[in-house]
Amino acid sequence: MKLRRKISGWLVLLVILHAIVIFAGFFAPCDPAKQDRKSPYLPPMRLHFEDALGRFQTRPFVYSWKVREGTFDQYEEDTARPLPLKFFVRGHSYRLLGLLPSRLHLFGADNESVYLLGSDSYGRDQLSRFLYGGQVSLLAGLLGTGITLFLGLVVGSVAGYFGGWRDDLLMRIAELFLALPWLYLLFALRAFLPLAVSSLQAFFLIIAVLGAVGWARPARLVRGVVLSSKERDYVRAARGFGATDGYLLRLHILPQASSVLLTQAAILVPQFVLAEMTLSFLGLGVPEPVPSWGNLLSTLQRYSVLVSYWWMYLPALIMVPFFLGYLGLGSRLQKSDEPEKMERNALGALGDRI
Amino acid sequence: MIGSKRICSPWRALSRLAFVLAAFVFNPVASFPQRRASGEELLVLPGEIGHSGGRLIVSLRAEPKTLNPLTSADAPSREVILGAMQADLVHINRETQLTEPALAKSWKVSPDHLHYTLKLRKGLRFSDGHPVDADDVLFTFRAYLDESLHSTQRNQLIIGGNPIAIRKVDAWTVVFELAKPYGAEERLFDGFVILPRHLLEKPYQDGKLAQAWSLSTTAKEWAGLGPFRLKEYVPGQRLVLERNPYYWKVDAKGNRLPYLDELDFLFVPNADAQVLRFQSGETDMISRLSAENFAALIRQQRGFTMTDAGPGLEYNFLFFNLNDLGGKSSPEITRKQKWFREVKFRRAVSLAVDREGIVRLVYQGRGAPLWGSVTPGNRRWVNASLAHPPRSIERARGLLREAGFSWASGTNEESTLMDSEGKPVEFSMLTSSSNAERTKMATLIQEDLKQLGMRVQVAPMEFRSLLDRVTQTKEYEACILGLVSFDADPTPDLNVWLSNGGTHLWSPSQAHPATPWEAEIDRLMEQQVGTPDYEQRKKLFDRVQEILWEYQPMIFLASPDILTGARKSVGNFRPAVLEPYVLWNVEQLYLKNDSVNATR
Repeated sequence: MKLRRKISGWLVLLVILHAIVIFAGFFAPCDPAKQDRKSPYLPPMRLHFEDALGRFQTRPFVYSWKVREGTFDQYEEDTARPLPLKFFVRGHSYRLLGLLPSRLHLFGADNESVYLLGSDSYGRDQLSRFLYGGQVSLLAGLLGTGITLFLGLVVGSVAGYFGGWRDDLLMRIAELFLALPWLYLLFALRAFLPLAVSSLQAFFLIIAVLGAVGWARPARLVRGVVLSSKERDYVRAARGFGATDGYLLRLHILPQASSVLLTQAAILVPQFVLAEMTLSFLGLGVPEPVPSWGNLLSTLQRYSVLVSYWWMYLPALIMVPFFLGYLGLGSRLQKSDEPEKMERNALGALGDRI
Repeated sequence: MIGSKRICSPWRALSRLAFVLAAFVFNPVASFPQRRASGEELLVLPGEIGHSGGRLIVSLRAEPKTLNPLTSADAPSREVILGAMQADLVHINRETQLTEPALAKSWKVSPDHLHYTLKLRKGLRFSDGHPVDADDVLFTFRAYLDESLHSTQRNQLIIGGNPIAIRKVDAWTVVFELAKPYGAEERLFDGFVILPRHLLEKPYQDGKLAQAWSLSTTAKEWAGLGPFRLKEYVPGQRLVLERNPYYWKVDAKGNRLPYLDELDFLFVPNADAQVLRFQSGETDMISRLSAENFAALIRQQRGFTMTDAGPGLEYNFLFFNLNDLGGKSSPEITRKQKWFREVKFRRAVSLAVDREGIVRLVYQGRGAPLWGSVTPGNRRWVNASLAHPPRSIERARGLLREAGFSWASGTNEESTLMDSEGKPVEFSMLTSSSNAERTKMATLIQEDLKQLGMRVQVAPMEFRSLLDRVTQTKEYEACILGLVSFDADPTPDLNVWLSNGGTHLWSPSQAHPATPWEAEIDRLMEQQVGTPDYEQRKKLFDRVQEILWEYQPMIFLASPDILTGARKSVGNFRPAVLEPYVLWNVEQLYLKNDSVNATR
């Protein structure tokens, strides 16, 4: 119960953040693919409460931007055109949870786009792209983690429990997977794939690649846990009473691995979100114009963006709470697990020597 | 065979899109400018007088593969060789785009346009001090024409199906004999650098000329007629050139050029890294800047001269796979080719493309929308009467309707374009993943075509595999590419327009022209090449531009300005829109502030 209290703070944070991303259509003010070719690289609009005459307004408003004469991407606030923010407005249509058609948005302004995080090089709203991109990236991260851990669990427990040649074979394969130069393999893979990968195909491709690449490490961890726990007294006792392999694994051995798996999960999700960015760069990611966090971050590879448009960093900044949430959760799980683990490690080491 | 032309091989032409550079090594022989000897016929260059000394550093995007002008095909090698190390008989001035005497002090064309008599400058010396005469010229062209050497420029010397013949009249006079008149006339000689017979004849007789002058050549084995000579090559890092003390140009006051003591090429493989090096002062000049980097450097205000030289000769375009695949390719592509072959389909796509948007978003306004292959930067050849219809989704839809397409309303308020068989119009568009600008164009066009109900998938791909798909396997549906003309004259681009050309991208190397309009272009281009009169040639080429506009085998998009920068201390910095953009007048470049150099 203590454990639950410790992790609950992080868990609540993650649940809230994920809820926002899941209901991106509602929270996002704009269509993430809509280009506004007159406003590339708009800086974020600032929320104002005081109008040009210094009067306080109860309803927050933003000023739209106008291009400074003679420049391409230098904007100034057009104080003649305040855009009062309205809540629960009707805007572009979307499908809530991918099912319910809706037009309701948390906020917006009359017939005008509001760019709270600025716009990108195509004049698309960064905030909306961030929220919709989160759906792709987090889902890819979570599903990829699921596949990785499932593979890791199966391989690790078979190797650890049955030992012998199965152990040797599986662990050698795992080492091979750890040693492979993945980046180059993916380049080669790209050459074999059909040219046009639709967003959905690309999405599942990413998940498959992430799952296939990552399983070796969790498999080795699970194997370690299984190896040590199968020699425990209560496992031996159960076996003595005639328990089958499946029963032993299910009830006595694998529960020991759960904390390792949870910790791994918390570490892997942010890792996979970053991996998605690498894949996007290789042309294996979600193609434009569908947003993903990888796509958002990849614009930061360009020198001119780095030095000219500070708001392009903002998506990276807002990703921090997400990753922090996962890592916080991961370290809590690890800590709560420590006393037991130390004991197990000691036993495991002893067992290895015997 | 259509011989009389300067064909750019597809690789050479396309490799210009992925620019690069490299380096070398030389002996520390003191290289003070030689006193002017009597009888030396030097070329006097007008312009700002500079002062001698200093080192100029520029970056190259890759190492040159060779220093041998015969076999060099990559952009960095050619930039180094043609830009700084070697010289040709007649040179195209990159600023005026007209020919000028170079190693030949004058030339005369016979009335039948078949004989060119070139008079060489007397008293010239190679960078090692060895005198130059007509035998060097003869040797050079013998080497260029030798089939066993596979010179990349050989086919430019095959005119009217026959190789050019060269005859020596006396030690300073040579005659070139052509089988047919050549439209671009003496522009032919630009790019053919004169080689030192005293160094290369032996390797030539031993059959080793193609391997000579690799990057590991020592300074002693190398000689040239360019403003700089080889000093040192550090693999993977830089190529150092030093002043050629025997260079044959002087400034208006009689000072022997070049002004600089040393010219260094640093190998910096990526565009952003080049900008960082320039910005931190490690390099003195930069060219081929993207508009975004150009704007970023302007904003920093750090004592750079940032120059927009205006629209260059690069044209970017979208084209569809119009190859006759003969059933060996996927039925999917063959099915879609039915749309691509429909002229109204291509016109509709062209009408729907927001060219102004491309110029604004991709080039930040530093570029020009294109409706033809000739950019506004090419003033002599652009067809000014070509129509520039504004973007119109309605007219595009009208054209599609006429061609039998229809629309089905989809789930998301968006209509989908259907062909006459009721299949949705969907295709993929290749772009080079290393070219951020073209990838951006693809994303914009994707959105434009969505308004016609077409679903386009952008497929970024590594440049080499992209070229392989377009020119070899032909497994693609549509592609965005760009080409850079070498010269303002249309002749070097012949390979793009002739239906049997290897860079005839929408359907390369055809045995017979597949369509009447391609046959017509072939005819006009061949006629143009053989006509010496500019007015007449212009008329013929204008017609080619009109046919291209009418049939839209390439949907021309936009042309970027040539964006360059230099430190304020670089004198005579006058970027041109022809390559090499900032180094074309390297012999006149000088450093204004000696204290800056002292710290180096």
